Parts: sequence; C-alpha cells; structure tokens
Amino acid sequence: MADAALRRTVGLPTAAWLESPVPASRFILRGAAAARAAAGQGFGLPLPETACRAATDGNRAALWLGPDEQLLLAPDGEVDSIEAALARALQGHAHSLVDVSHRQVGIGIHGPHAEWLLEAQCPLPLNLRAFPVGMCTRTVFGKAEVVLWRPAEQVFRLEVWRSFATYVVELLREIERESAA
Amino acid sequence: MLLIQCPYCGPRPELEFAYAGQAHVARPADPSATTPDQWTEFLYLRNNTRGIHAERWRHVRGCARFFNALRDTTTDHFLATYRAGEPMPVLPMGQKP
Repeated sequence: MADAALRRTVGLPTAAWLESPVPASRFILRGAAAARAAAGQGFGLPLPETACRAATDGNRAALWLGPDEQLLLAPDGEVDSIEAALARALQGHAHSLVDVSHRQVGIGIHGPHAEWLLEAQCPLPLNLRAFPVGMCTRTVFGKAEVVLWRPAEQVFRLEVWRSFATYVVELLREIERESAA
Repeated sequence: MLLIQCPYCGPRPELEFAYAGQAHVARPADPSATTPDQWTEFLYLRNNTRGIHAERWRHVRGCARFFNALRDTTTDHFLATYRAGEPMPVLPMGQKP
C-alpha cells in the first residue's frame, strides 16, 4: 500500500537539497480539547495546543493544523499499532481519526537555500523571526496546497497531496534553474 | 499582498482565504412558524453595503476555520476580525456596519 503513495513520485528528479519521499504513517485527528489530551497520551506525545506549532518526540511528530485538527506523523508500518493505541485512548471521546498515509507524500528540503527556494512560491515570510524552528502550517506553494513544517533551521518538510508532488518538485527545480542562470 | 488577521493563526496572506458571504444571518428559530417572506429574506436577501460590511471568511488554506470580519467595501480595509460565535467588536472610531 505504501508503494501506491510513492508510485506517483517515482522518477521525480532529485537534487542535493531534496530528500526523496519516504513512506510514513499519517493521521488526521479532529476533536475537542479533552479528546486531544487523551490522544496525546495514546500517541505518546502531548499534542501541541499553540497555533502553528509542532511537537516531536523521537520519530513521532504532531503538527497543529487548526484549533481542533492535528496531523500525526510516525514511521512507516505503524498505522495499525497507532490506530489501536488511539482507539483505546479515545474511548468515550467524540473524535475523528483518519488514516491519510497514502494521501500525501513528505518531501524534505534542506540546506542553506531551502528557505529561499520555498519563499519563491510560498506567500508566507520564511525567515527565522517569522517562521521559527518548530513552526508548521497549512499554506500554498505555487498552486498546490501544502503543509509546511520547519523541524530545524535549514530543514523544511512539505506534506503534499500525492497527485501534486510532481508539480511541487518540478516547480522547486525550476526555481533552482532560474536562480542559477 | 493584503494581509488578513486570522483569529487563530495571526496575520496571513490574502491568498489563503476565501470569502463566505454576509455574517450574522440567523436561521429562523421556529421554521414551521416562518412565513415564505421571512424564508426569502433568510435565504436570498443580502445587504449590498458601501462601507463597513460584516462578513464571513474562511482561512481555507490555513487552519480551515470560518471567522467573521468587518471590512470596508470601498477600501478593502479589514477593520477587525473575530471568531465565529463572538459578538461583533466595537470599532475604535465607533463606526458600524
């Protein structure tokens, strides 16, 4: 199944600053404060309650997307165990938990030019003051909707719907080519 | 680019938002006692304000929440934004929609 998400991205051009997409377990969790607190216990990581901030612990991450919406990220192959753990933790809480592992692909962009490459098509200012380490948000990149997360100063992670992945990567390459000229 | 203050995310570019019609249009509380004229008013009739207009917006490519805004339709200036369900804020100059 994980291959299905990647099939569309096979043959994507690579670059030194671009990490090829790796399969991951992804969930969208929606629920009220009590449900989010319970989910944090089940996920093993308190979910971020501050707007546009991510929480990480080891190889798991929770990204704030909206006041009642969180994107949970974990390594590939953990869908079933996370689903079971969250179902236990969320018993009695109204919530929605959707497995979106194959809906989107994660694209890593790193290096001193990462910020600059993304700013070319992203309407948000991405300097460290406006977009500090740990910030995440849904926004647009060119014509595609993306989730943008900055886990480290020179590292960005884009979560893109898989049918947009080729467009986003090609656009990044185009920006690189134009700037090199 | 025009920046719009999202009540959840802070100032964000206009590109991420979608307009969602006039705000504070309340559905009739007792549908069976509502006359066709009242339904017409609720469903179809909207203000066409020149000046300050209370309207709904959605931060569709951000937190995806609906919120309300007071915007001047002649200048496209956003005077205030507030969360859905909150009362309309009083403007510093006392302007009213």
